[in-house]
Parts: sequence; structure tokens; C-alpha cells
Amino acid sequence: MTAVTADSSAPSNPAIVWLARNGPVLAIVIVIFAAWEIAVRALSIPDYILPSPWVIAAKIATSWQLLLVNAFVTLQEILLGFALSVVIAIPLAIAVVYSRIFERVAFPFMVSLQTIPKVALAPILVMWLGYGILPKVMVAFLISFFPIVINAVIGMRSAEKEMIYLVQSMGASELTTFLKIRLPKALPSIFGGLKVGMGQAVVGATVGEFIAAEHGLGYLQLISQVRLDTPLLFAAVVVLSLLGVLLFHAVTLAERIALPWNRLTTEAVE
Amino acid sequence: MLKVTRDEASARAGVPISIAGVTKRYATARGGEVQALSEIDLAIEAGEFVSIVGPSGCGKSTLLMLIAGLIPPTSGTIAVAGEPVRGAVSNVAVVFQRDVLLDWRTVLANVLLPVEIKKLDPVIHRQKARDLLRSVGLAEFEDKYPGELSGGMRQRVAICRALVQDPGLLLMDEPFGALDALTREQMNLDLQRMWLRDRNTVLFITHSIEEAVLLSDRVVVMSSRPGRIADVVANDLPRPRGAHTRSEPRFVEHVERIRRHFLALGVLSET
Repeated sequence: MTAVTADSSAPSNPAIVWLARNGPVLAIVIVIFAAWEIAVRALSIPDYILPSPWVIAAKIATSWQLLLVNAFVTLQEILLGFALSVVIAIPLAIAVVYSRIFERVAFPFMVSLQTIPKVALAPILVMWLGYGILPKVMVAFLISFFPIVINAVIGMRSAEKEMIYLVQSMGASELTTFLKIRLPKALPSIFGGLKVGMGQAVVGATVGEFIAAEHGLGYLQLISQVRLDTPLLFAAVVVLSLLGVLLFHAVTLAERIALPWNRLTTEAVE
Repeated sequence: MLKVTRDEASARAGVPISIAGVTKRYATARGGEVQALSEIDLAIEAGEFVSIVGPSGCGKSTLLMLIAGLIPPTSGTIAVAGEPVRGAVSNVAVVFQRDVLLDWRTVLANVLLPVEIKKLDPVIHRQKARDLLRSVGLAEFEDKYPGELSGGMRQRVAICRALVQDPGLLLMDEPFGALDALTREQMNLDLQRMWLRDRNTVLFITHSIEEAVLLSDRVVVMSSRPGRIADVVANDLPRPRGAHTRSEPRFVEHVERIRRHFLALGVLSET
């Protein structure tokens, strides 16, 4: 067994290491934006059709307060909807794994519900819940709920039967089996569901704002569209994307902290 | 302190098993029944090393599950250390073909799992776990995760996890079946060494006739559908056994005798 050590010939400067790893992606991004900028200028495309990256950046710089205030509203909707999903999905997954009735009735029901386009429910939710933050939270919740619950169920069922027999042979109670085997065994799958769910929550909150809102990035987009303020429309998309990426990485970070061992195995596969 | 000394005393001696008239039938998904075991009678002495060989589907694993109290027999009785088996048996440890280590626990924490579940003294057993890991050459891997270990190392950890409980009875279901031939031979020798030291009762299920003869005091040959005991081969070759044992006439004799059973059962065919 040889020890795994850093390749001594590799550059040790972290900046160079980072550049070596991310350089190609960075180059592609730069090329795309440069081509975009040049095309818009060369063809004299008006801003209200397609603003150049430079114009969008300038818009973000001048309207940052407006963007930030609305981003904060959207962020609240996303996080509340996501939190609601987690709080309901995980106990429900436990019920499905442990209860025959939930397994036979509730789970197939939930799986078939998943085929309903949740976005289509948004107008109904607005009708019921009004123009405030609540309908957006509900759409974010509905849309992020299913990947979380389904992945949690799959994860909790993934323990090998020998693993269960092993702890049973030690006289473990069902609670001990759950806490020491099923739950930790399910965590990678649960985090997989959380990552998908977080992305979905962003979509849900934004779509909710499209239907009816007085604040939020989705609302800002609608307003910009009506005013033909295309640069602001793009600026909102940029901020929304950043928000999505940031939230996704927050889940990934939590996963790395919670499952240090999992990183080892996934990196070994990579 | 009194409890500790009693634990120490029990650790040095295996427990007897008696199996009388045990039958096991399973209900199949189509509403039928499968007879897995039929009228099994077997007595295993304290500290004895007994192997069970037999074709796939002869109910070897079922027998092991019954003794561990993980499933109930359809009829018949099983007693471990004189106590009838009802549910999990306290001084029994099980090792499966799959090591089923918990990926989220370090090697040492994996070995200590039964200590946590059975609420044994953590201090004494932590030291015992370390000693066990050292005895199988894994002292430096205590803080590694299972994902960083080879198949042979993982199965060693699984065996340490079983032995840390000081089991009076060690049930092993094809524990080395997934390992390469060389690792397997080493594991056989390691297991023999640990058994000679602890003298717990071992019931060892295997597909390998030679492995069974090398390790055991007695080899139980089973036939399939329904699982029955076809023969019991007593084997008093001197210990410690090793590569030299395999060339001894009596070793070859035992292996041949068991192989003839498999030929007769149609499990092996020479044509």
C-alpha cells in the first residue's frame, strides 16, 4: 500500500493549480462573452432586443440596490419553500419506509402526483393565498418536495439486508437500526434529493412571482419586460442564476461537512 | 470489576449448540412453499470448529440465520449455550460474505459498533478493538474509512467487529467467498490463529471443500432441496494447519470423501 502523496512535479501555487483546473471553462466563458459583445456592437443590435454583456454589467452596477432588495424577497421564498419541503418530506419518507399503509397508499399516490405540472397550480394558489409571499412559498414547496421525499425513501431502503441482520444479531432495536444504519446510509441519497430540490425551489419561487407579485426577481423581470428595459431583464436573470448557484453550493458544502467519508468514495470514482 | 472478570472468563470459552429436528419452510411469492431445511439434527461442542459445505440452495445460510435467531424455525428446537433460541442471541457474532462495513464510520468505529449497540464497556473494548486490528495488521488504518481499504482488509475489519464482542459462538457465512485465492489463504491462516487463541465455537459456511477441511474439526456435508445432512466428516489433523497440511494423505482423503458426495448429489459432474 503506497501512501497517496501530492505529485511533487505539480505547481504548488494554489492560484496556478486553480487556473489549471478551471482554465478551460474560464476560457470558454470569456470567448462566449467576447463574441456576444462583438456581435452586438458590430451588428448594432439595439439594447431592447439584446443588450451586450457590458451593458448588462453596467445595469447591474447602477441598479444593484433594486436587484438586491428583490433578490432578498425571492431568497426568502426559496428558503421557506425548501425548508417546508425538508420538514415534511423527511418524516414522510420515514413513514413510507416503516408503515405498510404509507408504502402501499401514500407513496404511489405521491409518485403519481409528481406528474402534475406544479407550475400549473400556481394560479390556483394565488387565488387562494393572495398576492403575498405565501403562494410563492407554496409553489417552491410543491415543486421541490418530490425529489426530496423520493430520494429519501430510496436512500432509507438502500441498506443491504445483511447490514440489517448484522445489527439485529447484536440485539439492536428498530430505533437503533434506524439511527445507526438506515439514516446514515440514506444521507448521500437525501443530499442528492436536496440538491435537486433546491434547484426546483428557485424555479418555483420565480414562477410564483410571474403569476402575481409585488416584489422579487420574477416580478422585476415582468416589470422590465413591460417597460422594454431588456438590460434590467437580463440583470435579473444574472442575479437569479447567481442565487441558484450559491444555494446549490450551500447544499454541497453542507453535504461535505456532514459526510466527509462520502467525498472520499465519490472522488475515488471520479 | 466483578462483571469484567466474568466477561473475561466467558470470553475464553465457546458455547455448545444443539439443533434438534429443525425444519424450515418458506412461503413463496406465488403462494407455494419451499422446504429449505428438513429434519436437521446436529450437536456442536463448546469450542468446536465446524464447517458446513453444500451446493447452493441447500439451506446452509438458512441454518445460520436460524441459529443466530434472525428467523424462526418452522419446527424443531435450537439451543445455544443451553438456552433455547428466541430472537437475537446475546453472545453470538455473525460475519457475512459481504463485509457490510458502515461507510460513514472509521475502521475503529466500525469495530466498535457492537460495543455501542450492546452497551458494553467502551474503555475496555476500545483497547480490545485496537488490539484486534493490530493482530490482523490494520493498526495504521484505525482512522481510515472503509472506502480506502481493499476487499481483504475490509473483511478483516468485519471479523474484528465480530470478535470484539467476545462471542461464544461465531457464525460465518462464506466470509472469504468474495476474496481472491491468495488473500483467502492468508485469511484462513489468520482465522485459525485467532480461533486457536480464543477457542470460541465457530460455525463456518463455505463452498470450498479444501477450506472446510483445512479449518474444521468436523465438516458437515449438506444435500439440497430440501436441505439435509448427507455426511459428517471428523477431522483430527494436527494444528496449526497450513500449506503443509494440504499434502497430507488424510487431508486428501477427507477432501475426496466430501467431493464424492457432491458427485453423488449431481452437484459435480465429471463428464
